[in-house]
Amino acid sequence: MATETLIWLLPLPPLLAFFIIVLFTNKNKKLSHIVGVSAAALSWAGAMVIFFRSLGVEHFGEHPFTDSVKWLPLGNSWLEIGVRIDPLSAAVLFFVGITIFMIFLYSVGYHNFGQPKGDHDKFGLPPHGATVEDENGHKHVVPSVEPMYSRFFAFIGLFAAGMYTLVISDNLLTLFVGWEIMGLCSYLLIGFWFAKKSARNAGIKAFITTRIGDVFMLLGLAFLYSTTGSLQYEVIFSEEMIHALASVDVGFLGLSAAGAIGVLLFIGAVGKSAQWPLHVWLPDAMEGPTPVSAMIHAATMVSAGVYMTIRIFPLLSAGWDGHTLTPAMSMVAFIGAFTALFAATIAIAQNDVKGVLAYSTISQLGYMMAAIGIGAYVAAVFHLVTHAFFKALLFLGSGSVIHGMEHGVLHTGNHDLDPQDMRNMGGLYKKMPVTFWTFLIGGFALSGFPLVTAGFWSKDEIFADAFAHGHLTVFITLALAAFLTAFYTMRQITMTFLGEARTPEAEHAHETPWTMTTPLVVLAFFAVTYGWLGIPEEFPGLGALSSNWFHHFVGHTLEHPLPTFEFSWIPLITSFTVSLGGLGIGYLTYRNYKAGAVDPMKKLLGPVYHFIENKYYFDEAYNYLFVKPAIWISEVFTNKMDQGVIDGILHSFGKAAFAIGTVIREKFDKPVINEFIGDGTAEVVQIFGRKLRKVQTGRIQEYMLSAVGVLLIIFVALYYLVLA
Amino acid sequence: MSAMQVLFLIFAAIILGSAIKVVTTKKMIHAAFWLIATLFGVAALYVLLSAGFLAMVQIVVYVGAVAILFIFAVMLTRKDLRDSAAPLNDRWTMAALFSALTFAGFVALLKNWSGFGKTPSADVPADMIERLGAALVSPDAYILPFEVASVLLLAALIGAVYVASDAAKNK
Amino acid sequence: MIPISWYLVLAAALFSIGLFGVLARKNAVAILLGIELMLNAVNINLVTFWRYNAPAEVTGQVFAIIVFAVAAAEVAVGLALIISIYRNRKTIVADDLDMMKW
Repeated sequence: MATETLIWLLPLPPLLAFFIIVLFTNKNKKLSHIVGVSAAALSWAGAMVIFFRSLGVEHFGEHPFTDSVKWLPLGNSWLEIGVRIDPLSAAVLFFVGITIFMIFLYSVGYHNFGQPKGDHDKFGLPPHGATVEDENGHKHVVPSVEPMYSRFFAFIGLFAAGMYTLVISDNLLTLFVGWEIMGLCSYLLIGFWFAKKSARNAGIKAFITTRIGDVFMLLGLAFLYSTTGSLQYEVIFSEEMIHALASVDVGFLGLSAAGAIGVLLFIGAVGKSAQWPLHVWLPDAMEGPTPVSAMIHAATMVSAGVYMTIRIFPLLSAGWDGHTLTPAMSMVAFIGAFTALFAATIAIAQNDVKGVLAYSTISQLGYMMAAIGIGAYVAAVFHLVTHAFFKALLFLGSGSVIHGMEHGVLHTGNHDLDPQDMRNMGGLYKKMPVTFWTFLIGGFALSGFPLVTAGFWSKDEIFADAFAHGHLTVFITLALAAFLTAFYTMRQITMTFLGEARTPEAEHAHETPWTMTTPLVVLAFFAVTYGWLGIPEEFPGLGALSSNWFHHFVGHTLEHPLPTFEFSWIPLITSFTVSLGGLGIGYLTYRNYKAGAVDPMKKLLGPVYHFIENKYYFDEAYNYLFVKPAIWISEVFTNKMDQGVIDGILHSFGKAAFAIGTVIREKFDKPVINEFIGDGTAEVVQIFGRKLRKVQTGRIQEYMLSAVGVLLIIFVALYYLVLA
Repeated sequence: MSAMQVLFLIFAAIILGSAIKVVTTKKMIHAAFWLIATLFGVAALYVLLSAGFLAMVQIVVYVGAVAILFIFAVMLTRKDLRDSAAPLNDRWTMAALFSALTFAGFVALLKNWSGFGKTPSADVPADMIERLGAALVSPDAYILPFEVASVLLLAALIGAVYVASDAAKNK
Repeated sequence: MIPISWYLVLAAALFSIGLFGVLARKNAVAILLGIELMLNAVNINLVTFWRYNAPAEVTGQVFAIIVFAVAAAEVAVGLALIISIYRNRKTIVADDLDMMKW
């Protein structure tokens, strides 16, 4: 099959899966997951075929796979939409395909397929467990199957379709279409257990926050389209176009037209990738099932924001001479670096196992944005890919942990215990070995454990680029954030897996089924090996072995690939130090953490800890500044304006019409028409009738008399008129 | 004043006098007799008008049949009104007025007609009765009215028999 | 010798008397007598005009004969009706026969 056709077909299997599940297989759980998983597998296979074909093309950056159709006639020209696989999207396709497939497979086990139906499971709430009796009559509670099983696969199918659409598109319009599909699906999936109020609110929060970003993104798209007349990458990223846009000064903050467009589009990414200040939705999004968190926050949705920002790098860097950053780039770098540090500080005080990972995601995305901001194009893509692998691994691993803990909860029957709280865990390395080792690999990758993990190579590249180009503030911020990252990661691993079990529920946890552990192993493999694809040639020792395939492959996406830079020991030593140091200190601090003990960080930081624990009160601030006024305005508008004024006017119309009608009826219709004309004529006729009928006496002689009399009169009249 | 004129006046007096009596007598049987007198007078008038055949027909049909019929009718309806009540009803003045006006109207009308003072011009042909008979049965002449008249008489016969029959007896 | 006007006036007078009888008599049979008088007046008129205008024609007499026939028929039916009414209502006073009144 021609590659271009294959590219067009990539989003199709998950989209079809969505429709098939919704329309046909909704009631049958097994069929639904077969449809869903096979759709994900098909798209993954297609993505792999395309990826390997792209490896074989010489100078792939100059000869990407493209295809387009004329879609909308516009006056003299056509609006074309199409597909484009260049090195950037090929690299992204690689990880998108595999992670989506793994998450689909994981969902089968996560939603307890094959387990009995729950005792009192309600549609819209997480399943609560089913009581089964074994041969001895001994009852115990086992996990029950999710009631909305098919619906879940339908939604993640749609989500996958949206992501594929975004990756393969060759223009910003279809990218935006995929973007919005994913926005919808994130709402549907975060609020999956819709009977829980917290889940519903989280879904709305996610959607509205990303919407705010999307408004700015639309403005950027409109600005771009009006100045360039096209949204296709080929057209807008061409040299002439970039030059033209860079030369126009917008007059605001020193931005050129290209920079302004870039910033507006970047704000969309700020919303989608949960950067400060639009980060508030991502921690709440943990309300969704864990595969959703993995999907949204690791593999696909937040990566879409970074992917888009990387795509528009030519716009952001228009006018960049290689040293001084353009205003747009500075903004991006600032937001990225700030978010990285900001989120890392909050993560060290989180107690929910998924909460730590959520803030970690925000922080790592900040890394990528900072990388783009300082012009480290390839490093950003590299970190995007490696992060997808290890973050998906960590999320799925945490889901496995929570599953194990829930098993313990069902066993003891203590439903007040939160299975997601790390303070209730401990010693799980004995009970859940596969989960432990894969989680460890993922955690080390996140912390940038030297040399053997992919995270090290990608993070190190960013450090090296920042240092080499002299962006020292960024460098120091990111280094601090890296230290904190390693610290809270080790804190998490120690509290969750190491030491002794702190609660009876943790004692009764056990390993999860193969459908859940297999994806963990696959992702762990990539989390280790993928990094070796991007070892820079300048690296001492290992560099000689590496061809730095990644840098050359992806770097050629740009018209002018960025040069590699001088190797320096300082960033390397910084990487080693912050990573190992953070891991070590984290382990030491928490290895003796006992049940009910106060968190050591609390002792250390005191009141600051409280501030961090409440996420710097950003949620409360937004609530006070934005949400409450919005609600107040809408209430005032509804009650005073809508019901009072507008309804009042309408009611007055009704009353006026009624009054007019009544007047006409009483003053004119009834007396004149009814009585005078209607009844009146009847009366007159009656009177005449009553009087005239006396003529008919029944006596023929009287009739004859009248006849003769009239005849005489007629004769006289005739005589005088005719004859005379 | 020729003899014809004198005869005419005598007959006219008979006719009119009898007619007046017809309409004013109290007893019905007297009225029927006065009618017979009137009819005889009219027959005589026909003779004066050289319509001998018609005079005969008048006597045979009218006097012989119609008048007798009247006498029968008077006889059969005598129980009520034993000719004791007044002959005329309440509106006889109005009726008299109208009749007088009618007569005056006729006369006024006739007076303005040019041929009012005409005298007989030609003579009646000798074979008048023969012609009359032939005309009544000739298809070129008056066979159709003749036949229709006979059908009419048949209908009248049947109708009169039916209407006058005693419905209660016949049930 | 006798001007036509004499006959015509006579007929008119006879007609008027008959009309009076029809309008003014109580007895129903008497009303029919009046009608007979009127028919006779008509016949006199017919025969007069025949004699004075076209005595060679036969039309006038034929007309008069047909009038005779019709008059006879009419009297027969009329008297039959009166007899039937008399049997039903026991009255032949025309003013009492007012069942068709309002």
